[in-house]
Amino acid sequence: MDKMPEEKTREPIIELVDVWKIYKMGEVEVKALRGLSLDIYPQEFVAIMGPSGSGKSTLMNMIGCLDVPTKGKVYLENKDISQLYESDLAQIRGQIIGFVFQTFNLMPSLSALENVMLPMTFQGVDRRDREKRGRNLLTMVGLEQRMNHKPTELSGGQQQRVAIARALANDPDVILADEPTGNLDSKTGKEVMDMLTRLHREEGKTIVMVTHDPSLSTYVERIIQIMDGKTTEHLNHNHKYGGIEDEKK
Amino acid sequence: MIEDYFKLAIDGIKHRKLRTGLTMMGVFVGIIAVVALISLGQGLQNLINEQFESVGGDKLSVIPGGEDALMAGVPGSELVSAKLHESDLEVIERVRGVDKAAGTIMSTGIVEICGKKKVVTVFGIPTEPERLSLLKELDYFQIEEGRYLKQGDKYKAHIAAKTCDVLDEELDVGDKLTLEGHQFDIVGKNKETGTPVHDQKISIPLETAQDVFNKTDEYSMISIKIDEGADINEVEERIEERLRKHRDVEEGKEDFAVESPQSLLGVFLDIINMVTLVLAGIAGISLIVGGIGIMTTMYTSVLERTRQIGIMKSVGARNSDILLMFVIEAGLLGLVGGVIGVILGILLSLGGEYLVRMYIVTYSIYVSSELVVGAIMFSFLIGCISGYFPAKRASEMKPVDALRYR
Repeated sequence: MDKMPEEKTREPIIELVDVWKIYKMGEVEVKALRGLSLDIYPQEFVAIMGPSGSGKSTLMNMIGCLDVPTKGKVYLENKDISQLYESDLAQIRGQIIGFVFQTFNLMPSLSALENVMLPMTFQGVDRRDREKRGRNLLTMVGLEQRMNHKPTELSGGQQQRVAIARALANDPDVILADEPTGNLDSKTGKEVMDMLTRLHREEGKTIVMVTHDPSLSTYVERIIQIMDGKTTEHLNHNHKYGGIEDEKK
Repeated sequence: MIEDYFKLAIDGIKHRKLRTGLTMMGVFVGIIAVVALISLGQGLQNLINEQFESVGGDKLSVIPGGEDALMAGVPGSELVSAKLHESDLEVIERVRGVDKAAGTIMSTGIVEICGKKKVVTVFGIPTEPERLSLLKELDYFQIEEGRYLKQGDKYKAHIAAKTCDVLDEELDVGDKLTLEGHQFDIVGKNKETGTPVHDQKISIPLETAQDVFNKTDEYSMISIKIDEGADINEVEERIEERLRKHRDVEEGKEDFAVESPQSLLGVFLDIINMVTLVLAGIAGISLIVGGIGIMTTMYTSVLERTRQIGIMKSVGARNSDILLMFVIEAGLLGLVGGVIGVILGILLSLGGEYLVRMYIVTYSIYVSSELVVGAIMFSFLIGCISGYFPAKRASEMKPVDALRYR
């Protein structure tokens, strides 16, 4: 429990303050988030865990700027995004956040390389630079032999590695991983987790992982439990790589 | 940046080949029709222009009946009750500015060959040297073989270059032919003039024609050549004035019409232009149908790619990026459809040209660059407009919902 006060002295990179998200399903109102608050600090590796229906997907959408709250504030790098329009959100998503999805979500008609280049396209990066960075990233995730393969020609693990390379395309500060191993067998799942860990340790990325798989908790520094749209966070004592943050400082 | 949208759009199109093909067909069928009609129509206008130009700018003609007689069709048509007489010709000859004038009879006659009856255009032409020479100038005929008709000839005839084709019988100078029950000696054969009516006719002396067709003292048309240097419009007005007085009709109620080739040309071209545009317009309506086809395809395509739209948005695509991407895709459907349509349309009108050449005259279709560029641009535009609403729907999808779509 000695680390908490130290972390609080830093500026959070992601801050949610009393966030409510209410969906209207016909006549019924569903309160997915009920006054949830949380802070995530730069270079943290955090897991958001909770049973299905707990609101963790909704929370991930908030953090990822894919959705705006009904009530409350969401700050991303000190910017209040809860009042922004979709087009501004899109730019912020493209620059600050890299997504890794459970279902990979690659564009089926594009090659691995083109998929990695896509986020840079929307930031107006020059084609030559895009291609160069795309190749570097794919080499980094060990897919230098698969650059021109379509997603359907790749295994699940390979697709997820393409997705990780894509998430890194615009060199975002935050990687948001939604059940990144959910569709993978345990061996490739471990490879993907190791890769995320490496990004966290070596590149200093802030990684927020949403999962319901307790076995992944060994990788993360902090677990934010979500239950009925509210958080109960605690430090992770199972953390394998404990103390890394201190070394870095 | 824009070429990336094109690439993404092309990727989108390539993955649905059959549907894309069918959608484009909706566009190019309309474009084929429009391009073919307009290029055939413009070819026809050019042909008529050339024909009239060869007649020259110092000629006038007078036909019986009012202005509407011109619209009714052939000069000398039986539908027109008013007649032109020798006295009219004499009046015209005395008008200041008129160099020469000649009256002709134009009728259709039946030729009997080997028991078969064929309908031929027959011209009754004056044989006085003065009047005959005017007709030569007017390109009514130039002798290739034999001799011209001369004064005193009675049942003599010229045939024109293609008269034999019409009659389906080889005839030469020296042969005889039976026209309206009378036997004629063929004394001459004309050179080809390029004008169908003059290349398929039989020419006989005026007096004989008046007898044969029972048109004593009657002309189907009076052709006039004006003095060198005279103003054609002034001469035209003077002739009108004199003829009105002579025939005792009020202005505006003339039972005759003085026409210069230019005014005739104008009328013809206006008619052809109008017909072409009306037909092309009708064909153009099918382009709207094509546009609706594109819209349907795009709505389906947007729905199918909801998830991909979500993915693109999650990696930073703005609404405007998505909008542009889908509009370009729809525009490309139209554009490619337009290009195919223009190519097939030109081929179709070349087919038409071939058919016309086989049966009638040297005729060339005219494909203007404006037509080609215009048709392609138009189909691109139709694509873009039809694609706008589907694209708008795509761009306004919420990323969360789009990503969740299965």
